[in-house]
Amino acid sequence: MPTESAVRIASVSPDLLGTYGDKGNAEVLRQRLRWRGRTAEIVTVTGAVPTGCDIYVLGGGEDSAQVLAAQRAARPPGLRGAVERGAVVLAVCAGLQILGERFAGPDGHDHAGLGVLDLTTTRRVRRAVGEVVATPLVPELAGTPLTGFENHGGATRLGPTARPLARVESGVGNGCGQGTEGVVAGRVVGTYLHGPVLARNPALADLLLEWAVGEPLPPLQVPAVEQLRERRLRPRRRLPRLNRSTP
Amino acid sequence: MGRPGGVLGGRVALALDPGLLAELATSRPVALVSGTNGKSTTTAMLAAAVAVRSRPAWNRTGANMADGALAALLDHPDADSAVLEIDEGYLPGVIAQTRPAYVVLLNMSRDQLDRVGEVHSVVRRIRTALAASPRTTVIANAGDPLVVAAAQAAEHRIWVAPPRTWRHDGVTCLLCGGHIDPVATTWGCAECALREPSATWTVTEDGQLLGPDGYRRTLELRLPGAANLVNASFAVAAATAYGVAPDRAVDAVAGLDEIAGRYRSFPRPDGETRLLLAKNPAGWSETLAVIEASPSAVVIAVNSREADGRDPSWLWDVPFERLRGRRVMASGDRAADLAVRLAYAEVDHEVEPDPVMAARMLGGRVDVAADYTAFLGVRARLARAAAEDRTSPRADGTG
Repeated sequence: MPTESAVRIASVSPDLLGTYGDKGNAEVLRQRLRWRGRTAEIVTVTGAVPTGCDIYVLGGGEDSAQVLAAQRAARPPGLRGAVERGAVVLAVCAGLQILGERFAGPDGHDHAGLGVLDLTTTRRVRRAVGEVVATPLVPELAGTPLTGFENHGGATRLGPTARPLARVESGVGNGCGQGTEGVVAGRVVGTYLHGPVLARNPALADLLLEWAVGEPLPPLQVPAVEQLRERRLRPRRRLPRLNRSTP
Repeated sequence: MGRPGGVLGGRVALALDPGLLAELATSRPVALVSGTNGKSTTTAMLAAAVAVRSRPAWNRTGANMADGALAALLDHPDADSAVLEIDEGYLPGVIAQTRPAYVVLLNMSRDQLDRVGEVHSVVRRIRTALAASPRTTVIANAGDPLVVAAAQAAEHRIWVAPPRTWRHDGVTCLLCGGHIDPVATTWGCAECALREPSATWTVTEDGQLLGPDGYRRTLELRLPGAANLVNASFAVAAATAYGVAPDRAVDAVAGLDEIAGRYRSFPRPDGETRLLLAKNPAGWSETLAVIEASPSAVVIAVNSREADGRDPSWLWDVPFERLRGRRVMASGDRAADLAVRLAYAEVDHEVEPDPVMAARMLGGRVDVAADYTAFLGVRARLARAAAEDRTSPRADGTG
């Protein structure tokens, strides 16, 4: 049997889109492959985006950095070229916004996005900040709620050819009054969830990996992840106070 | 908060008389210390150095917003100078009110995104405030492009250069939006004229401090880590500007062995617990370096209360992989999130949300590295236990 080639995971512009720990998504993907006996490597991209990677991961960032990141990713063949080749993309927050048709920049003007996703982003009046629970609308993720933390000033409206990733149960999500969170188009997934999102949602991580390797993957149990999900998804209640008499 | 004055007193006083801060500041030379990391330490160091020739008021509890500054001044009516740690967000207002003789700008990087506004807008406001305060001398970090952009607006500038090996992460230029790459030589914006200024004071990784007029001294501090060498250099540079002889400033700084509980060691019957604080990824990298220099077991305690930043995604910007091979406990309110981080980092660990319990379970020499509210909690409990031990040692030797 021929050796599988290493899965190449591109961490795109973490120097610009890296303010929120989202490069952890690339780490999670790599480890979940390695723990299944497959080789995987992370390629850190800080210039033009190469087309030869299997998965591209974009994170969140500040407004001025986002504009620069969009310019970088637009350099041909760039991210568009990779998507046309069938690559898998995970884009979080600012990363999601730059993949759309246009997004609001720090100067109040609109900037052109990469046009990979049918969506536009404008400025919200109030920042959306807090824990999110959402029910996936993607059949492969049915039954596993998405959890994450959102922190964004953008409101993203999906166009007719973009499907939402999930329905918001608590939190804001895309923020246009549609009650939706994130977007899915082909093998491109966008979300406003940090955490990082793949650390909190292993089913989503494995879906992206299965798209990338082209076959189902054996199940993987990471007990710490199960314990974290249990905490994040349990209904809120007051935590017991630390016993102050303990020296 | 039970002390007379204190933050509550400051807040009440400001509500009654908003000009009070300005009034109290006019009679004393004021030095403000700000930046993302190192404020409390540098303030304590500068206060110690300035104390060589005056009686400074300083906000040693670390209450660093406007009311904390005022409280420090109210609490020390006989002080003839002031050294005040000020949060970056509040710095412009406090500059306007106190017309300080000195402002120390240590560094500007991201703190917790959901607590403070975006870094650029904070730095822009500081720049504006400095432009409007022509009598202020800024002692500023030549290696940090955001600090330089702010400090250049001041009339009088003293530049301090950290070690060459310390590179910023790569930033967007404050002035023109161009990208400034992290480089091993002097940095410069690719799009505009902003570039690294030549420095009056320089410090190397191993503590060689070089100053004006050929001044040269090896810093030997009791506080660990390279970041404290840099903090000390800022304190000495500012104290020298204030009129303290540099050698005396260095001696005063070198005598400090803890800063408000940071680096403080608490003895246990079977070892000791050393407390370390880290509030953001840059601070955590430095804390990991301090831990690596000793053979201790490690408790990492992470909370996510308002003051810590409500979401611990930043855990993935910290190279916890460096803890592999050590005995580690994941602790704090967000122990479960930390455990996932450590699992993916392949760092063996156990989970115990109570950090004091976790340290006891490890035994021997233990470093407890905690974020802000976790640190305050552990410090309070260990300090209280230490005080109780002093007054009534237990018959069975436990505690």
